[in-house]
Amino acid sequence: MSATPTRRQPKRSLAPVREPGAGASISPVQLKDRWRGYWANQKVVARQTLLRLVAQPASSMMTVLVIGIALALPVVMLVSLSNIEQLGRGWDGAARISLFLKRDVSDDNARGLADRLEQRKDIAAVQFTSASEALDEFRQLSGYGEVLDSLESNPLPGVLVVTPAGGDVDADTSRTLFDELSMLPDVDQAKLDLEWVQRLHAMMDIGKRISLSLGFLLSLGVLLVIGNTIKLAIEARRDEIVVVKLVGGTDAFVRRPFLYTGFWYGLGGGITAWLILQFSMLLLAGPVSMLSGLYESEYSLTGLGFGNTLMLWLTSGFLGWMGAWLVVGRQLKSIEPR
Amino acid sequence: MIQFDDVSKRYEGGHTALNHLSFQIERNEMVFLTGHSGAGKSTLLKLIMMMERPTSGQVFVDGKNLNRLPARKIPEHRRGVGVVFQNHQLLFDRSVFDNVALPLIIAGFQPRDVGRRVRAALDKVGLLDKEKKNPITLSGGEQQRVGIARAVVNKPALLLADEPTGNLDPELSAEIMHLFEQFNQVGVTILIASHDLSLIARLPHRLISLKAGQLLRPEVA
Repeated sequence: MSATPTRRQPKRSLAPVREPGAGASISPVQLKDRWRGYWANQKVVARQTLLRLVAQPASSMMTVLVIGIALALPVVMLVSLSNIEQLGRGWDGAARISLFLKRDVSDDNARGLADRLEQRKDIAAVQFTSASEALDEFRQLSGYGEVLDSLESNPLPGVLVVTPAGGDVDADTSRTLFDELSMLPDVDQAKLDLEWVQRLHAMMDIGKRISLSLGFLLSLGVLLVIGNTIKLAIEARRDEIVVVKLVGGTDAFVRRPFLYTGFWYGLGGGITAWLILQFSMLLLAGPVSMLSGLYESEYSLTGLGFGNTLMLWLTSGFLGWMGAWLVVGRQLKSIEPR
Repeated sequence: MIQFDDVSKRYEGGHTALNHLSFQIERNEMVFLTGHSGAGKSTLLKLIMMMERPTSGQVFVDGKNLNRLPARKIPEHRRGVGVVFQNHQLLFDRSVFDNVALPLIIAGFQPRDVGRRVRAALDKVGLLDKEKKNPITLSGGEQQRVGIARAVVNKPALLLADEPTGNLDPELSAEIMHLFEQFNQVGVTILIASHDLSLIARLPHRLISLKAGQLLRPEVA
């Protein structure tokens, strides 16, 4: 005889005859009641698992702190970046437009043009640098004095530096003004000095990518931490799992408390990360307001906001649930009543 | 209620626990299962509980062919079978009440029904006043009665007991057996594995004796 179980078809004559009146199910529970009982069990398990964590504050706190710190790192980075971005948005308006004038425009004409431009509402200030001033400046800064002396004529044009009006002007408005100014007859060439803003944006993009990938890696770490914690919790409750399986607990029933435990750990970690963020913002608020005061700006730090905070908590809770789910199935299979 | 049809169970390593075993237990019967340790009593109970599957042959419980039951149906099957274990299998991290309530919570009963049924079960085994205690503070006999209350709280049609009097003195053992007889009288089919032959001999129930995984001649005590 082979060692593998053979599942033969039952011979009809051998099948026990069902006695009349014997119910189909041995313990009849109405479907509606079962559904209600299921939800009642969800609530009970949610509460019980939370109370269990609170009952062992020392060990739970360790796990929650680890998760919290891991999540705080990318969150703090992202919040800092969005603050810098906000700051940068204010600076966009300070983008300056350099107008290089044609050779035949005299200094007087240039000054006249500067005065006219300054009258415009969308221009805050115009500064004129004449060709000879520009040459002097270049001579001083470049150190090519002797080479420049050997030139027969001044190769540099006169320049008008235009500062657009309004602190809040964005890149698009600057661009429109730039297009208009470059059409002026006296202007040979115009240059919108937005490069540094663009560079800032590029750097911020890199920073964002870095914090997102950091966040991704740390989330994996959180999954592992929770997975391991849940693994230990399952080992500690081995007896209970055996008994529950013996009296007919489904896998879902056995799994449920561990999934909830994972969720609570994750949520706790998310709240901890939020607290860490609030604390570091509190630390920074003083110096930042002093600094912005020095710049006569009303800038102040912006936190996560309600929506993002909710998002953080939901994500962290989901991470916890996920971490538990990843280990619980495999682990519970190994625990069968013997 | 239970039918074994040419059932064999061989474990990895070659040990044969059951060898072409066939027998039948009718509804409302109370049957003792005896035999030396290693005769296959525990394996037989495990097959009914679906903790093991037979190597060959078929097991029917309440008309269901267990061979045809997929793994996901096992919990449902177990909910229909009450089991009393020799080592009680009680959980010491919760009260007597919560231990007995476990099968009901698993089956999805409403809290108020749970309370009512648990108290009814505890009342039957005479431990109504101990519901708030931790089972570890109870005596061996009391713990076994908590185990019985848990096995019957779901009102199963079939009750299995594996050496339920294994660690008890004769007086307590007789008391426990009397409890089983009471459940039998209200229609529960009962199968008790026991090697307490002197106790069994005094009770008027059918006997199934196993030896080396095979049936000794069935006799009526």
